[in-house]
Amino acid sequence: MSEPRIMWRKAVNNVMLTLTGVAAFGVVCVLFLILGYLLLNGGTSLNLNFFTQLPKPVGETGGGMANAIVGSLKLLLLAALMGLPVGLLAGVYLAEFGGKTFSFVVRYTTDLLNGVPSIVIGIFAYALVVLPVKHFSALAGGVALGIMVIPITVRSTEEFLRGVPNSMREAAMALGASKWKTIVTVVLPAASGGILTGMLLALARVAGETAPLLFTAFGNRYWGQGWGQPIASLPVMIYTYAISPYDDWHRQAWAAGLVLLLLVLLSNLGARFILAKSKAV
Amino acid sequence: MDSVSGAPQPALSMKPLREPVHMEKTTAQPSEQSIRLDITDLNFFYGQKQAVFGLNLKIPTHKVTALIGPSGCGKSTFLRTLNRMNETIRNTRVEGQVLLDGQEIHAMDVVGLRRKVGMVFQRPNPFPKSIFENVAYGLRINGYTGRLDELVEKSLRRAALWEEVKDVLKRSAFALSGGQQQRLCIARALAVDPEVLLLDEPCSALDPVTTAKIEELMFHLKDSCTMAIVTHNMQQAARASDFTAFMLDGKLIEHSVTSKLFTTPTDPRTEAYITGRFG
Repeated sequence: MSEPRIMWRKAVNNVMLTLTGVAAFGVVCVLFLILGYLLLNGGTSLNLNFFTQLPKPVGETGGGMANAIVGSLKLLLLAALMGLPVGLLAGVYLAEFGGKTFSFVVRYTTDLLNGVPSIVIGIFAYALVVLPVKHFSALAGGVALGIMVIPITVRSTEEFLRGVPNSMREAAMALGASKWKTIVTVVLPAASGGILTGMLLALARVAGETAPLLFTAFGNRYWGQGWGQPIASLPVMIYTYAISPYDDWHRQAWAAGLVLLLLVLLSNLGARFILAKSKAV
Repeated sequence: MDSVSGAPQPALSMKPLREPVHMEKTTAQPSEQSIRLDITDLNFFYGQKQAVFGLNLKIPTHKVTALIGPSGCGKSTFLRTLNRMNETIRNTRVEGQVLLDGQEIHAMDVVGLRRKVGMVFQRPNPFPKSIFENVAYGLRINGYTGRLDELVEKSLRRAALWEEVKDVLKRSAFALSGGQQQRLCIARALAVDPEVLLLDEPCSALDPVTTAKIEELMFHLKDSCTMAIVTHNMQQAARASDFTAFMLDGKLIEHSVTSKLFTTPTDPRTEAYITGRFG
Protein backbone atom coordinates (compact mmCIF):
# COMPACT_ATOMS: atom_id res chain seq x y z
CA MET A 1 0.00 0.00 0.00
CA SER A 2 1.50 3.29 -1.09
CA GLU A 3 1.89 6.16 1.36
CA PRO A 4 -0.33 8.72 -0.52
CA ARG A 5 -3.26 6.29 -0.65
CA ILE A 6 -3.16 5.79 3.12
CA MET A 7 -2.98 9.56 3.62
CA TRP A 8 -5.94 10.01 1.29
CA ARG A 9 -7.98 7.42 3.16
CA LYS A 10 -7.22 9.02 6.48
CA ALA A 11 -8.16 12.43 5.12
CA VAL A 12 -11.49 11.17 3.75
CA ASN A 13 -12.17 9.46 7.06
CA ASN A 14 -11.54 12.65 8.99
CA VAL A 15 -13.65 14.78 6.67
CA MET A 16 -16.62 12.40 6.88
CA LEU A 17 -16.31 12.09 10.66
CA THR A 18 -16.34 15.87 10.92
CA LEU A 19 -19.32 16.23 8.58
CA THR A 20 -21.48 13.66 10.39
CA GLY A 21 -20.41 15.04 13.76
CA VAL A 22 -21.33 18.60 12.80
CA ALA A 23 -24.73 17.45 11.52
CA ALA A 24 -25.36 15.54 14.74
CA PHE A 25 -24.31 18.54 16.80
CA GLY A 26 -26.56 20.77 14.68
CA VAL A 27 -29.56 18.62 15.54
CA VAL A 28 -28.94 19.15 19.23
CA CYS A 29 -28.28 22.85 18.70
CA VAL A 30 -31.61 23.48 16.98
CA LEU A 31 -33.60 22.44 20.05
CA PHE A 32 -31.38 24.37 22.44
CA LEU A 33 -31.44 27.46 20.23
CA ILE A 34 -35.25 27.38 20.17
CA LEU A 35 -35.40 26.80 23.90
CA GLY A 36 -32.86 29.55 24.58
CA TYR A 37 -34.62 32.01 22.30
CA LEU A 38 -37.95 31.28 23.96
CA LEU A 39 -36.41 31.63 27.41
CA LEU A 40 -34.81 34.93 26.44
CA ASN A 41 -37.94 36.43 24.94
CA GLY A 42 -40.69 34.69 26.85
CA GLY A 43 -39.02 34.03 30.18
CA THR A 44 -39.14 37.70 31.14
CA SER A 45 -42.90 38.02 30.57
CA LEU A 46 -43.63 34.78 32.34
CA ASN A 47 -45.08 35.50 35.76
CA LEU A 48 -47.83 34.26 38.04
CA ASN A 49 -50.39 36.44 36.24
CA PHE A 50 -49.71 34.56 33.03
CA PHE A 51 -51.00 31.34 34.63
CA THR A 52 -53.88 32.84 36.64
CA GLN A 53 -55.39 35.74 34.70
CA LEU A 54 -57.50 36.13 31.60
CA PRO A 55 -56.20 38.12 28.63
CA LYS A 56 -56.60 41.90 29.07
CA PRO A 57 -58.64 43.88 26.50
CA VAL A 58 -56.74 45.38 23.58
CA GLY A 59 -54.69 48.37 24.68
CA GLU A 60 -54.20 47.30 28.28
CA THR A 61 -50.93 45.65 29.23
CA GLY A 62 -50.56 42.63 31.52
CA GLY A 63 -53.07 39.84 31.96
CA GLY A 64 -52.42 36.17 31.30
CA MET A 65 -53.48 33.10 29.41
CA ALA A 66 -55.06 30.96 32.11
CA ASN A 67 -58.01 30.22 29.82
CA ALA A 68 -55.72 29.07 26.99
CA ILE A 69 -53.74 26.74 29.25
CA VAL A 70 -56.91 25.16 30.62
CA GLY A 71 -58.41 25.18 27.11
CA SER A 72 -55.45 23.29 25.66
CA LEU A 73 -55.72 20.70 28.42
CA LYS A 74 -59.47 20.34 27.79
CA LEU A 75 -58.89 19.87 24.06
CA LEU A 76 -56.25 17.24 24.79
CA LEU A 77 -58.66 15.46 27.13
CA LEU A 78 -61.26 15.34 24.35
CA ALA A 79 -58.66 14.14 21.87
CA ALA A 80 -57.54 11.45 24.31
CA LEU A 81 -61.10 10.28 24.97
CA MET A 82 -61.90 10.06 21.27
CA GLY A 83 -58.60 9.02 19.72
CA LEU A 84 -56.85 6.77 22.22
CA PRO A 85 -59.48 4.00 22.58
CA VAL A 86 -59.88 3.70 18.81
CA GLY A 87 -56.13 3.72 18.31
CA LEU A 88 -55.57 1.17 21.06
CA LEU A 89 -58.21 -1.27 19.84
CA ALA A 90 -57.13 -0.97 16.21
CA GLY A 91 -53.53 -1.57 17.29
CA VAL A 92 -54.62 -4.68 19.18
CA TYR A 93 -56.46 -5.87 16.09
CA LEU A 94 -53.42 -5.40 13.86
CA ALA A 95 -51.02 -7.11 16.24
CA GLU A 96 -53.20 -9.95 17.52
CA PHE A 97 -56.04 -10.73 15.13
CA GLY A 98 -55.44 -9.21 11.71
CA GLY A 99 -55.32 -11.33 8.58
CA LYS A 100 -53.02 -10.47 5.72
CA THR A 101 -54.97 -8.35 3.26
CA PHE A 102 -57.16 -6.35 5.60
CA SER A 103 -54.25 -5.66 7.96
CA PHE A 104 -52.18 -4.41 5.05
CA VAL A 105 -54.99 -2.04 4.05
CA VAL A 106 -55.43 -0.80 7.63
CA ARG A 107 -51.70 -0.29 8.14
CA TYR A 108 -51.33 1.54 4.84
CA THR A 109 -54.36 3.73 5.53
CA THR A 110 -53.04 4.53 8.98
CA ASP A 111 -49.75 5.71 7.52
CA LEU A 112 -51.63 7.81 4.98
CA LEU A 113 -53.82 9.30 7.71
CA ASN A 114 -50.68 10.14 9.64
CA GLY A 115 -49.44 12.04 6.60
CA VAL A 116 -52.62 14.03 5.99
CA PRO A 117 -51.84 17.74 6.55
CA SER A 118 -53.32 18.86 9.84
CA ILE A 119 -55.20 21.71 8.18
CA VAL A 120 -57.07 19.20 6.02
CA ILE A 121 -58.10 17.32 9.14
CA GLY A 122 -59.24 20.69 10.51
CA ILE A 123 -61.45 21.22 7.46
CA PHE A 124 -62.87 17.73 7.91
CA ALA A 125 -63.75 18.42 11.56
CA TYR A 126 -65.17 21.77 10.49
CA ALA A 127 -67.48 20.12 7.98
CA LEU A 128 -68.39 17.33 10.38
CA VAL A 129 -69.00 19.22 13.63
CA VAL A 130 -68.97 23.01 13.06
CA LEU A 131 -71.17 23.37 9.97
CA PRO A 132 -74.19 21.36 11.23
CA VAL A 133 -74.50 23.49 14.39
CA LYS A 134 -73.25 26.68 12.74
CA HIS A 135 -70.75 27.62 15.45
CA PHE A 136 -67.23 26.78 16.56
CA SER A 137 -66.83 24.53 19.56
CA ALA A 138 -64.33 22.83 21.85
CA LEU A 139 -65.89 19.57 20.70
CA ALA A 140 -64.91 20.27 17.08
CA GLY A 141 -61.33 20.99 18.14
CA GLY A 142 -61.28 17.79 20.15
CA VAL A 143 -62.51 15.81 17.14
CA ALA A 144 -59.77 17.27 14.94
CA LEU A 145 -57.03 16.49 17.45
CA GLY A 146 -58.58 13.10 18.25
CA ILE A 147 -58.34 12.07 14.60
CA MET A 148 -54.68 13.05 14.56
CA VAL A 149 -54.00 10.97 17.69
CA ILE A 150 -55.39 7.78 16.15
CA PRO A 151 -52.70 6.82 13.59
CA ILE A 152 -49.81 7.44 15.98
CA THR A 153 -51.48 5.37 18.71
CA VAL A 154 -52.35 2.53 16.33
CA ARG A 155 -48.82 2.07 15.09
CA SER A 156 -47.08 2.45 18.45
CA THR A 157 -49.57 0.06 20.12
CA GLU A 158 -49.03 -2.49 17.36
CA GLU A 159 -45.24 -2.18 17.64
CA PHE A 160 -45.19 -2.72 21.39
CA LEU A 161 -47.66 -5.62 21.26
CA ARG A 162 -45.50 -7.31 18.63
CA GLY A 163 -42.61 -6.97 21.03
CA VAL A 164 -44.32 -9.30 23.50
CA PRO A 165 -42.81 -12.77 22.95
CA ASN A 166 -45.17 -15.31 21.45
CA SER A 167 -44.16 -17.79 24.15
CA MET A 168 -46.17 -15.73 26.64
CA ARG A 169 -49.32 -16.02 24.55
CA GLU A 170 -48.73 -19.76 24.27
CA ALA A 171 -48.21 -20.07 28.02
CA ALA A 172 -51.54 -18.38 28.72
CA MET A 173 -53.43 -20.35 26.11
CA ALA A 174 -51.91 -23.63 27.31
CA LEU A 175 -53.46 -22.84 30.70
CA GLY A 176 -56.87 -22.60 29.07
CA ALA A 177 -57.13 -18.85 28.51
CA SER A 178 -59.14 -17.77 25.48
CA LYS A 179 -57.47 -15.51 22.97
CA TRP A 180 -59.15 -12.38 24.28
CA LYS A 181 -58.39 -13.31 27.87
CA THR A 182 -54.76 -13.91 26.90
CA ILE A 183 -54.58 -10.44 25.37
CA VAL A 184 -56.22 -8.71 28.32
CA THR A 185 -54.46 -10.55 31.15
CA VAL A 186 -51.01 -11.17 29.69
CA VAL A 187 -50.18 -9.39 26.44
CA LEU A 188 -51.55 -5.92 27.19
CA PRO A 189 -50.08 -5.77 30.73
CA ALA A 190 -46.72 -6.89 29.35
CA ALA A 191 -46.77 -4.08 26.79
CA SER A 192 -48.56 -1.49 28.95
CA GLY A 193 -45.50 0.68 29.57
CA GLY A 194 -44.75 0.98 25.89
CA ILE A 195 -48.36 1.53 24.91
CA LEU A 196 -48.76 4.28 27.52
CA THR A 197 -45.58 5.92 26.25
CA GLY A 198 -46.89 5.87 22.70
CA MET A 199 -50.13 7.48 23.85
CA LEU A 200 -48.34 10.23 25.73
CA LEU A 201 -46.14 10.95 22.73
CA ALA A 202 -49.21 11.06 20.48
CA LEU A 203 -50.86 13.61 22.78
CA ALA A 204 -47.65 15.63 23.02
CA ARG A 205 -47.47 15.61 19.25
CA VAL A 206 -50.95 17.13 18.79
CA ALA A 207 -50.67 19.51 21.75
CA GLY A 208 -48.87 22.01 19.55
CA GLU A 209 -51.20 21.76 16.55
CA THR A 210 -52.58 25.12 15.49
CA ALA A 211 -54.03 24.76 12.01
CA PRO A 212 -56.82 22.28 12.80
CA LEU A 213 -57.94 24.43 15.75
CA LEU A 214 -58.19 27.72 13.84
CA PHE A 215 -61.64 26.95 12.45
CA THR A 216 -62.83 24.32 14.91
CA ALA A 217 -62.08 25.37 18.50
CA PHE A 218 -61.51 28.88 17.10
CA GLY A 219 -60.36 30.69 20.23
CA ASN A 220 -61.83 32.64 23.08
CA ARG A 221 -60.63 35.60 25.12
CA TYR A 222 -62.67 34.46 28.11
CA TRP A 223 -63.32 31.21 29.92
CA GLY A 224 -65.22 28.92 27.56
CA GLN A 225 -68.94 28.40 28.03
CA GLY A 226 -68.79 24.62 27.96
CA TRP A 227 -67.88 21.95 25.42
CA GLY A 228 -70.25 23.29 22.75
CA GLN A 229 -68.70 26.78 22.67
CA PRO A 230 -65.44 28.15 21.23
CA ILE A 231 -62.45 27.60 23.48
CA ALA A 232 -59.00 29.15 23.78
CA SER A 233 -55.86 27.13 23.24
CA LEU A 234 -52.16 27.94 23.57
CA PRO A 235 -51.16 27.41 19.92
CA VAL A 236 -54.00 29.56 18.56
CA MET A 237 -53.26 32.18 21.20
CA ILE A 238 -49.62 32.25 20.09
CA TYR A 239 -50.72 32.67 16.48
CA THR A 240 -53.14 35.51 17.28
CA TYR A 241 -50.74 37.35 19.57
CA ALA A 242 -47.72 36.93 17.31
CA ILE A 243 -49.37 38.56 14.28
CA SER A 244 -50.82 41.41 16.35
CA PRO A 245 -49.21 44.89 16.24
CA TYR A 246 -48.74 45.17 20.03
CA ASP A 247 -45.35 44.68 21.73
CA ASP A 248 -46.92 43.42 24.94
CA TRP A 249 -48.83 40.73 23.01
CA HIS A 250 -45.62 39.70 21.26
CA ARG A 251 -43.96 39.15 24.64
CA GLN A 252 -46.94 37.12 25.81
CA ALA A 253 -46.81 35.04 22.62
CA TRP A 254 -43.18 34.19 23.43
CA ALA A 255 -44.17 33.25 26.95
CA ALA A 256 -47.00 31.04 25.66
CA GLY A 257 -44.55 29.39 23.26
CA LEU A 258 -42.23 28.66 26.16
CA VAL A 259 -45.03 27.15 28.25
CA LEU A 260 -46.22 24.99 25.36
CA LEU A 261 -42.71 23.73 24.61
CA LEU A 262 -42.08 22.93 28.26
CA LEU A 263 -45.38 21.01 28.44
CA VAL A 264 -44.41 18.93 25.42
CA LEU A 265 -40.88 18.34 26.73
CA LEU A 266 -42.25 17.30 30.10
CA SER A 267 -44.66 14.79 28.62
CA ASN A 268 -41.80 13.41 26.50
CA LEU A 269 -39.67 12.99 29.60
CA GLY A 270 -42.62 11.42 31.40
CA ALA A 271 -43.10 8.98 28.54
CA ARG A 272 -39.45 7.98 28.63
CA PHE A 273 -39.62 7.55 32.37
CA ILE A 274 -42.64 5.24 32.10
CA LEU A 275 -40.94 3.19 29.39
CA ALA A 276 -37.70 2.85 31.35
CA LYS A 277 -39.61 1.83 34.46
CA SER A 278 -41.72 -0.77 32.65
CA LYS A 279 -38.62 -2.32 31.10
CA ALA A 280 -37.03 -2.73 34.51
CA VAL A 281 -39.77 -5.16 35.68
CA MET B 1 -37.99 -64.16 34.02
CA ASP B 2 -38.25 -61.48 31.42
CA SER B 3 -35.07 -61.24 29.40
CA VAL B 4 -35.31 -57.44 29.24
CA SER B 5 -35.10 -56.88 32.98
CA GLY B 6 -31.88 -58.83 33.09
CA ALA B 7 -30.36 -56.94 30.19
CA PRO B 8 -27.25 -54.84 30.88
CA GLN B 9 -27.59 -51.13 31.50
CA PRO B 10 -27.97 -49.24 28.24
CA ALA B 11 -24.61 -48.06 27.03
CA LEU B 12 -25.86 -44.51 26.57
CA SER B 13 -27.31 -43.87 29.97
CA MET B 14 -25.06 -42.03 32.34
CA LYS B 15 -24.68 -42.73 36.02
CA PRO B 16 -28.21 -42.71 37.41
CA LEU B 17 -29.03 -39.57 39.39
CA ARG B 18 -31.50 -41.40 41.56
CA GLU B 19 -32.74 -44.90 42.16
CA PRO B 20 -33.38 -46.36 38.71
CA VAL B 21 -36.96 -47.03 37.75
CA HIS B 22 -37.89 -50.56 38.69
CA MET B 23 -37.98 -52.31 35.39
CA GLU B 24 -40.10 -55.21 36.61
CA LYS B 25 -43.00 -52.84 36.88
CA THR B 26 -42.61 -51.30 33.48
CA THR B 27 -41.65 -54.22 31.30
CA ALA B 28 -45.30 -54.73 30.45
CA GLN B 29 -46.12 -53.47 26.97
CA PRO B 30 -47.87 -50.08 26.82
CA SER B 31 -51.05 -51.71 25.62
CA GLU B 32 -51.43 -53.68 28.84
CA GLN B 33 -51.29 -50.58 31.03
CA SER B 34 -54.16 -48.29 31.78
CA ILE B 35 -54.06 -45.81 28.95
CA ARG B 36 -54.53 -42.07 29.45
CA LEU B 37 -54.02 -40.88 25.87
CA ASP B 38 -54.83 -43.10 22.93
CA ILE B 39 -53.76 -41.72 19.57
CA THR B 40 -54.99 -43.38 16.37
CA ASP B 41 -54.02 -42.60 12.76
CA LEU B 42 -52.96 -39.06 13.50
CA ASN B 43 -52.01 -36.87 10.55
CA PHE B 44 -50.97 -33.27 10.85
CA PHE B 45 -50.51 -30.65 8.14
CA TYR B 46 -48.90 -27.21 8.02
CA GLY B 47 -50.73 -25.93 4.95
CA GLN B 48 -49.84 -28.41 2.21
CA LYS B 49 -46.89 -29.85 4.10
CA GLN B 50 -47.59 -32.94 6.16
CA ALA B 51 -45.62 -33.09 9.42
CA VAL B 52 -47.08 -36.16 11.16
CA PHE B 53 -47.98 -39.34 9.26
CA GLY B 54 -50.49 -41.91 10.48
CA LEU B 55 -49.22 -41.97 14.03
CA ASN B 56 -50.53 -44.54 16.52
CA LEU B 57 -49.45 -44.31 20.14
CA LYS B 58 -50.79 -45.16 23.56
CA ILE B 59 -49.57 -43.06 26.46
CA PRO B 60 -49.96 -45.00 29.72
CA THR B 61 -51.29 -43.47 32.90
CA HIS B 62 -48.84 -42.26 35.58
CA LYS B 63 -45.82 -43.00 33.44
CA VAL B 64 -43.34 -40.85 31.59
CA THR B 65 -43.32 -41.33 27.85
CA ALA B 66 -40.37 -39.81 26.03
CA LEU B 67 -40.48 -38.76 22.38
CA ILE B 68 -37.09 -38.79 20.73
CA GLY B 69 -35.93 -38.21 17.19
CA PRO B 70 -33.81 -35.86 15.11
CA SER B 71 -34.70 -32.18 14.67
CA GLY B 72 -37.72 -31.61 12.48
CA CYS B 73 -39.03 -35.15 12.86
CA GLY B 74 -42.38 -33.82 14.07
CA LYS B 75 -42.11 -34.76 17.73
CA SER B 76 -42.89 -31.25 19.01
CA THR B 77 -45.67 -30.87 16.48
CA PHE B 78 -47.12 -34.16 17.63
CA LEU B 79 -46.89 -33.16 21.29
CA ARG B 80 -48.69 -29.90 20.56
CA THR B 81 -51.60 -31.73 18.93
CA LEU B 82 -52.30 -33.37 22.29
CA ASN B 83 -53.53 -30.12 23.88
CA ARG B 84 -54.54 -28.64 20.53
CA MET B 85 -51.94 -25.88 20.79
CA ASN B 86 -51.34 -26.17 17.06
CA GLU B 87 -54.76 -24.69 16.48
CA THR B 88 -53.28 -21.30 17.32
CA ILE B 89 -51.18 -21.52 14.16
CA ARG B 90 -52.86 -20.52 10.93
CA ASN B 91 -53.42 -22.95 8.06
CA THR B 92 -52.93 -26.11 10.04
CA ARG B 93 -55.07 -29.23 9.86
CA VAL B 94 -55.28 -32.34 11.98
CA GLU B 95 -56.79 -35.73 11.11
CA GLY B 96 -57.27 -38.82 13.21
CA GLN B 97 -58.33 -39.64 16.71
CA VAL B 98 -56.93 -38.64 20.08
CA LEU B 99 -58.74 -40.07 23.08
CA LEU B 100 -58.16 -38.68 26.56
CA ASP B 101 -59.60 -41.23 28.99
CA GLY B 102 -61.82 -42.43 26.17
CA GLN B 103 -63.00 -38.95 25.17
CA GLU B 104 -62.18 -37.51 21.76
CA ILE B 105 -60.21 -34.31 22.47
CA HIS B 106 -61.29 -32.59 19.27
CA ALA B 107 -64.88 -32.80 20.44
CA MET B 108 -64.01 -31.33 23.83
CA ASP B 109 -64.10 -27.68 24.83
CA VAL B 110 -60.55 -26.50 24.24
CA VAL B 111 -60.41 -24.62 27.55
CA GLY B 112 -61.42 -27.76 29.45
CA LEU B 113 -58.94 -29.84 27.50
CA ARG B 114 -56.04 -27.54 28.28
CA ARG B 115 -56.96 -27.61 31.95
CA LYS B 116 -56.58 -31.36 31.87
CA VAL B 117 -53.54 -31.39 29.61
CA GLY B 118 -50.96 -28.87 30.80
CA MET B 119 -47.85 -27.86 28.95
CA VAL B 120 -44.30 -26.76 29.74
CA PHE B 121 -42.34 -25.14 26.95
CA GLN B 122 -38.81 -25.26 25.68
CA ARG B 123 -37.77 -21.91 27.08
CA PRO B 124 -39.01 -20.82 30.49
CA ASN B 125 -41.82 -18.39 29.73
CA PRO B 126 -43.07 -16.88 32.97
CA PHE B 127 -45.46 -13.94 32.72
CA PRO B 128 -44.10 -10.51 33.63
CA LYS B 129 -45.92 -10.77 36.94
CA SER B 130 -44.98 -11.77 40.46
CA ILE B 131 -44.08 -15.35 41.32
CA PHE B 132 -47.40 -15.71 43.14
CA GLU B 133 -49.43 -14.32 40.26
CA ASN B 134 -47.70 -16.61 37.79
CA VAL B 135 -48.83 -19.69 39.67
CA ALA B 136 -52.26 -18.23 40.42
CA TYR B 137 -52.88 -17.29 36.79
CA GLY B 138 -54.41 -20.58 35.69
CA LEU B 139 -56.65 -20.62 38.74
CA ARG B 140 -57.80 -17.05 38.24
CA ILE B 141 -58.71 -17.40 34.57
CA ASN B 142 -60.57 -20.59 35.34
CA GLY B 143 -62.68 -18.70 37.83
CA TYR B 144 -61.34 -20.44 40.92
CA THR B 145 -62.76 -18.71 43.98
CA GLY B 146 -61.23 -20.67 46.84
CA ARG B 147 -58.06 -19.89 48.77
CA LEU B 148 -55.44 -19.06 46.21
CA ASP B 149 -52.45 -19.00 48.55
CA GLU B 150 -52.92 -22.59 49.67
CA LEU B 151 -53.02 -23.86 46.12
CA VAL B 152 -50.11 -21.68 45.07
CA GLU B 153 -48.03 -23.09 47.92
CA LYS B 154 -49.06 -26.64 47.06
CA SER B 155 -48.16 -26.19 43.40
CA LEU B 156 -44.80 -24.61 44.23
CA ARG B 157 -44.08 -27.50 46.61
CA ARG B 158 -44.96 -30.02 43.91
CA ALA B 159 -42.54 -28.24 41.59
CA ALA B 160 -39.85 -28.33 44.30
CA LEU B 161 -39.56 -24.56 44.26
CA TRP B 162 -41.36 -23.57 47.46
CA GLU B 163 -38.35 -23.50 49.76
CA GLU B 164 -36.49 -21.20 47.38
CA VAL B 165 -39.24 -18.67 46.79
CA LYS B 166 -41.52 -18.74 49.84
CA ASP B 167 -40.17 -15.41 51.12
CA VAL B 168 -40.16 -13.61 47.78
CA LEU B 169 -43.55 -14.52 46.33
CA LYS B 170 -44.26 -10.88 45.48
CA ARG B 171 -41.05 -10.48 43.51
CA SER B 172 -41.07 -10.49 39.71
CA ALA B 173 -40.73 -13.94 38.18
CA PHE B 174 -38.00 -12.55 35.94
CA ALA B 175 -35.74 -12.22 38.98
CA LEU B 176 -35.47 -16.01 39.19
CA SER B 177 -32.74 -18.04 37.51
CA GLY B 178 -33.51 -19.98 34.33
CA GLY B 179 -33.95 -23.27 36.16
CA GLN B 180 -36.15 -21.68 38.81
CA GLN B 181 -38.21 -20.04 36.07
CA GLN B 182 -38.73 -23.40 34.41
CA ARG B 183 -39.83 -24.97 37.71
CA LEU B 184 -42.12 -21.97 38.17
CA CYS B 185 -43.64 -22.73 34.77
CA ILE B 186 -44.13 -26.33 35.90
CA ALA B 187 -45.79 -25.08 39.12
CA ARG B 188 -47.99 -22.82 37.03
CA ALA B 189 -49.06 -25.77 34.90
CA LEU B 190 -49.61 -27.94 37.99
CA ALA B 191 -51.79 -25.36 39.73
CA VAL B 192 -54.85 -26.32 37.70
CA ASP B 193 -54.16 -29.97 38.58
CA PRO B 194 -53.78 -31.42 35.08
CA GLU B 195 -54.06 -35.15 34.38
CA VAL B 196 -51.41 -34.96 31.70
CA LEU B 197 -48.32 -32.78 31.55
CA LEU B 198 -46.70 -32.23 28.16
CA LEU B 199 -43.07 -31.18 28.32
CA ASP B 200 -41.57 -29.79 25.13
CA GLU B 201 -37.80 -30.04 25.59
CA PRO B 202 -38.09 -28.50 29.06
CA CYS B 203 -34.37 -28.74 29.80
CA SER B 204 -32.84 -27.66 26.52
CA ALA B 205 -32.13 -24.17 27.85
CA LEU B 206 -30.87 -25.36 31.24
CA ASP B 207 -27.57 -26.48 32.72
CA PRO B 208 -26.97 -30.11 33.81
CA VAL B 209 -27.56 -29.49 37.54
CA THR B 210 -30.89 -27.82 36.90
CA THR B 211 -31.76 -30.51 34.39
CA ALA B 212 -31.19 -33.15 37.06
CA LYS B 213 -33.56 -31.25 39.37
CA ILE B 214 -36.29 -31.24 36.75
CA GLU B 215 -35.83 -34.94 36.04
CA GLU B 216 -36.05 -35.66 39.74
CA LEU B 217 -39.21 -33.59 39.87
CA MET B 218 -40.72 -35.56 36.98
CA PHE B 219 -40.02 -38.77 38.87
CA HIS B 220 -42.03 -37.54 41.86
CA LEU B 221 -44.83 -36.14 39.73
CA LYS B 222 -45.56 -39.56 38.28
CA ASP B 223 -47.77 -40.36 41.26
CA SER B 224 -50.27 -37.73 40.22
CA CYS B 225 -49.58 -36.99 36.59
CA THR B 226 -49.09 -38.65 33.25
CA MET B 227 -46.21 -37.10 31.37
CA ALA B 228 -45.05 -36.93 27.77
CA ILE B 229 -41.68 -35.35 27.20
CA VAL B 230 -40.05 -34.35 23.94
CA THR B 231 -36.30 -34.39 24.25
CA HIS B 232 -33.25 -34.04 22.08
CA ASN B 233 -31.19 -35.62 24.77
CA MET B 234 -31.18 -39.41 24.53
CA GLN B 235 -29.55 -39.79 27.93
CA GLN B 236 -32.42 -37.83 29.38
CA ALA B 237 -34.95 -40.11 27.73
CA ALA B 238 -33.05 -43.13 29.04
CA ARG B 239 -32.85 -41.72 32.57
CA ALA B 240 -36.22 -40.13 33.02
CA SER B 241 -38.77 -42.09 31.05
CA ASP B 242 -40.61 -45.39 31.34
CA PHE B 243 -41.52 -45.65 27.69
CA THR B 244 -39.81 -44.19 24.68
CA ALA B 245 -41.14 -43.50 21.23
CA PHE B 246 -38.73 -42.88 18.37
CA MET B 247 -39.94 -40.66 15.54
CA LEU B 248 -38.40 -40.04 12.15
CA ASP B 249 -39.72 -37.87 9.33
CA GLY B 250 -43.12 -37.52 10.97
CA LYS B 251 -43.60 -41.25 11.49
CA LEU B 252 -43.45 -43.31 14.63
CA ILE B 253 -40.70 -45.87 14.05
CA GLU B 254 -40.58 -47.69 17.34
CA HIS B 255 -42.26 -47.52 20.72
CA SER B 256 -41.44 -49.67 23.70
CA VAL B 257 -40.23 -49.79 27.26
CA THR B 258 -37.33 -47.38 27.55
CA SER B 259 -34.77 -49.96 28.65
CA LYS B 260 -35.69 -52.20 25.74
CA LEU B 261 -35.62 -49.45 23.14
CA PHE B 262 -32.16 -48.36 24.20
CA THR B 263 -30.67 -51.85 24.50
CA THR B 264 -32.41 -54.03 21.94
CA PRO B 265 -34.14 -51.83 19.40
CA THR B 266 -36.01 -53.81 16.75
CA ASP B 267 -35.79 -51.28 13.94
CA PRO B 268 -32.36 -50.64 12.34
CA ARG B 269 -33.19 -46.90 12.11
CA THR B 270 -33.76 -46.71 15.85
CA GLU B 271 -30.47 -48.42 16.44
CA ALA B 272 -28.72 -46.06 14.04
CA TYR B 273 -30.16 -43.06 15.85
CA ILE B 274 -29.50 -44.15 19.43
CA THR B 275 -25.97 -45.15 18.59
CA GLY B 276 -25.39 -41.68 17.17
CA ARG B 277 -25.04 -42.51 13.51
CA PHE B 278 -27.34 -39.64 12.56
CA GLY B 279 -29.51 -36.95 14.11
